Amino acid sequence: MKWPAIGYLRASSLDDIWRARAEHGDAAQLLAGGQTLLATLAFRLSEPKVLVDITRVAALRGVRVEGGVLRIGSLTRHAELGRDPLVAQHAPLLARAVPLIAHPAIRNRGTIGGSLAYADPAAELPACVVALGARIVALSPQGERRIAAEDFFTGLLSTALTAEEVIAAVEVPLATPASRSVILEVARRSGDYAMAGLAACIGMEGARATSARLVFFGVGSGPVLAARAGAALAGRTLDAAAIAAAQAALNEDLDPPGDMHGPPEMKRHLARVLLQRAIATTHPATEAAA
Amino acid sequence: MNEIPTPASIGLSREDLPNSYIGRSVPRPNVPKLVQGRATYTDDVVLPRMVHAAFLRSPHAHARFVSIDTSAAMQVPGVVRVFTGADIAKVCDPWVAVLAHLKGMKSAPQHPLPLDRATWQGEPVVAVVADSRAAAEDGVAALRVEWDPLPAQVDMETALAPGAVVIHPELGDNLVFQRTAVQGDVDAAFASAPKVVEATFVTGRHTGVTLEPRSIIADYNRADGTLTVHHSTQAPHMMQNVFAKQLRMEESQVRVICKDVGGSFGIKVHVYPDEVAVAAMSRVLGRPVKFVADRFESFASDIHARDHRIKGRIAVDAEGKILALDIDDLTGIGPYSVYPRTSAIEGNQVVNLCGGPYDFANYRCTTTVVLQNKVPTCQYRAVGHPIATAVTEGLVDLAAQAIGMDPIELRRRNLVRDDAYPFTSPAGMKFEGLSHHASLAKLLEMVPVDRIRADQAEARARGVYRGLGIAAFIELTNPSPFMYGIGGARISAQDGATVRMDPDGSVVVASGVTEQGQGTEAILAQIVAHGVGVPVSRVRVITGDTQATPYGGGTWACRGAGIGGEAALQSAIALKEQLLTVAGTMLQANPASLDIVLGEVVDKATGAQRISLAEIGRIVYFRGDTLPKELPREFVQTRHFITKDYPFAFTNGIQACWVEVDPATGMVKVLEHWCVEDCGRVINPLLVDEQVRGGIVQGLGGALYEHCIYDGEGNLLTTTMADYLVPMAAEMPEIHVGHVETPTKESLLGAKGAGEAGTAGAPGALMNAINDALRPLNAVVTEQPFTPARILRALGAI
Repeated sequence: MKWPAIGYLRASSLDDIWRARAEHGDAAQLLAGGQTLLATLAFRLSEPKVLVDITRVAALRGVRVEGGVLRIGSLTRHAELGRDPLVAQHAPLLARAVPLIAHPAIRNRGTIGGSLAYADPAAELPACVVALGARIVALSPQGERRIAAEDFFTGLLSTALTAEEVIAAVEVPLATPASRSVILEVARRSGDYAMAGLAACIGMEGARATSARLVFFGVGSGPVLAARAGAALAGRTLDAAAIAAAQAALNEDLDPPGDMHGPPEMKRHLARVLLQRAIATTHPATEAAA
Repeated sequence: MNEIPTPASIGLSREDLPNSYIGRSVPRPNVPKLVQGRATYTDDVVLPRMVHAAFLRSPHAHARFVSIDTSAAMQVPGVVRVFTGADIAKVCDPWVAVLAHLKGMKSAPQHPLPLDRATWQGEPVVAVVADSRAAAEDGVAALRVEWDPLPAQVDMETALAPGAVVIHPELGDNLVFQRTAVQGDVDAAFASAPKVVEATFVTGRHTGVTLEPRSIIADYNRADGTLTVHHSTQAPHMMQNVFAKQLRMEESQVRVICKDVGGSFGIKVHVYPDEVAVAAMSRVLGRPVKFVADRFESFASDIHARDHRIKGRIAVDAEGKILALDIDDLTGIGPYSVYPRTSAIEGNQVVNLCGGPYDFANYRCTTTVVLQNKVPTCQYRAVGHPIATAVTEGLVDLAAQAIGMDPIELRRRNLVRDDAYPFTSPAGMKFEGLSHHASLAKLLEMVPVDRIRADQAEARARGVYRGLGIAAFIELTNPSPFMYGIGGARISAQDGATVRMDPDGSVVVASGVTEQGQGTEAILAQIVAHGVGVPVSRVRVITGDTQATPYGGGTWACRGAGIGGEAALQSAIALKEQLLTVAGTMLQANPASLDIVLGEVVDKATGAQRISLAEIGRIVYFRGDTLPKELPREFVQTRHFITKDYPFAFTNGIQACWVEVDPATGMVKVLEHWCVEDCGRVINPLLVDEQVRGGIVQGLGGALYEHCIYDGEGNLLTTTMADYLVPMAAEMPEIHVGHVETPTKESLLGAKGAGEAGTAGAPGALMNAINDALRPLNAVVTEQPFTPARILRALGAI
């Protein structure tokens, strides 16, 4: 299909964005990497009157360590995320997630802000930022506010962002020697949306887990923080019994819908497999013990 | 005629034979054009006064439309006209897709746009013509159609049951065609058999996914009453007839031009209602009308295929001798049989091909072809072959397991002997010459079976499950009129080629077979260069124009090389003889003492150069006055070729697949794949190997990923490339291709078809490999595609 007729505005500054919104209201749609939006236009699933291209707004760019957190500008493209040394050092989970995101052409265009704002339930980055305990920096003409990632995703393709706001950045707590992180997914083909995926951040003290944030994707209406499973691991040595307890707890944490790839019970099964494999990945010795 | 040297006939390797291009990996002359973006696909053609069509397609699987309000659409800027089914019917007749030799077959009349009722989701219902495709889509969005949804017959299993929705009440029921082939005493064989194994197989409904979607420009010129159609098609002459017949024109008033085609795979050999509607709209408007299907439309309107459920039984004795096969095939084909090849051929092929590689006595196979409210199905690459092969080879493996015999050994004991030809299969297929045992031997040279079995055992000890699967197959190629012509379809089994020499000594060949991106033009150039005796760079090829090429069938059922290639060879040889006659006169030499090598007439005995073709061209075309009056000087020759001795030139081959299955996730990784095939004379090894590889990838795609998924109401759920999963390079294994050459004696060239061999065998080999991997876990899968969910279910994990 062909796009409907659309206006195009290039914003050079935040003020340009605010002005465009003031003028066009709901008819204006922000355009960043365009990897979701442009497809929906071609599908005629959305018909905005004006696209506001924000990719040249410098305030939304850049990756830096600031105030004890890693601040990742919302316009950071997936490919940039994957090769940024600060990301590799302070948020290795995000760097590991990048190869799982679609294909190189999409990674070269798509942005972290776009991925978070779209909130696809099968996307990797929303799950990662929840697992990392990151904060989303939302910006509006009134100023900044910070939203905990787990509060940011409010349902299927919906977020806590208001119509006046734009995602400015993501702030990620810096990784420590005690933190382990892993992302795993099961997808039909490389680059496909996952049938089930898991982004996990586990704090360790010796052989004992102090905390475990297990965030599943592709199994719900958004990233799903498996709180009970995480609690089942916290404070325990990550042995076979702990893993089994966490797997059992998943039954209450997850209520996956079926999709074209399989029924809900398949997703539950895959979630249990991913949990076991994630722990085995972060603790190779456990695998042998199990 | 057999004096044309082939490498074997003069005891040389291909590389040693300077004047022969047969058997050489000559680069395709059209590749630079394709990779530089300078090809001419139908969408690249832009004509003056051209308008663009878009279609409103039925959102329902089955619904009556109460009213169509076009007033708002007509107000959309750029919209020129809106056409309903009734508008089109004024200038275009409906068609009924049946073939007389498929006894009892029935189908309903189909209009380009239906008159009152849509019968599948995606059926074109209303057309909007506008200055641009975008404006036409705006117009479609402004159409107001009031629908009256009807119950849909979605499940083929209940299509004949009491209470089924009879899709075309005038037909009485949903049965399109049924045929049973019987040989021997099947019931007695099963009753007394030492071992009987049975299974139910499902092949998933999938489609061809051509890179270039279906595309057409119809240009009716009122001044001279002609219709010129630029069309992405496999069969220009067939389409010429179809457009003429449906639009009540003379065939001679219609010209079909088909330049570059971005893949077809059988998808583009059928009559599509939207494309005929485009021709009808041009007929009415007197303007060129373009339609290029977008990907949504492709998934919901390109033919689907392979929607089968097959119950099979095999009887074997303790020595592994196959005693009997009993197959019951059911297929759902959508609401209409597709014109003009019909949608009964696929099921009919299952009947013809099951058990094909084996010598056994008792055979029974029934196909039942029923209607349903889904996209119509029809012939797609390797029609019926992957189904028949998967069923046969699946049963053979299960039988081997049941009697504790190595599956390779069981095959060796039952494959038709290489010295048994001519041979008639239990299904009644006549084989001129096949090479199952030589192919198996070659496969076993390529596949390190012992190493693989050792690796398999070692991996299992680590909890890693790998499996090796084998599938032997036969492939139907070079069809005679027995495929379609005898059924009344005006589809030529004959093909022609005209070869001419121009004054500069270069050669032009015009052929009725077509280029689909697979290299037809390359092999035609090779054959003609070989036949005339010129460098391949001096041969230009014309295909895809009903006004400029000899009448022919086009490219389908693997006939381009075998039929079109032979016609090209024969006409090239005729031109060479004519050239030598003239050269003999000029040189006062016996033509039989001369030869043509790389564009030079030479003395056959010494190889000494006598005169160049360019010089002969100069004299004949510009100084004909210097030649004897009676000397014939037509440097243009046409020959046609049709097979006469056998209905089809069957080929054969065998594939092996090596996979790893993750029993925790149900994911399958194809580690390596092998194919040995025998397409007779290999004209261009590079192209044949890539045909086989591409075919294997499409076969693996259908067996692992590709699936047109419907919900219970007949809504198609897989309408984008994100939902319909095609095999991608990252998932595909290393594919090894080997050849055995058993040329057909029906032609001088000896070539049979090669394009479908890969697809025919790959799903069966993959299925057997997966089941070999799962064997220690007591799980078996027989339902394609082999998704993680199905494998996990077979394992009892979910």
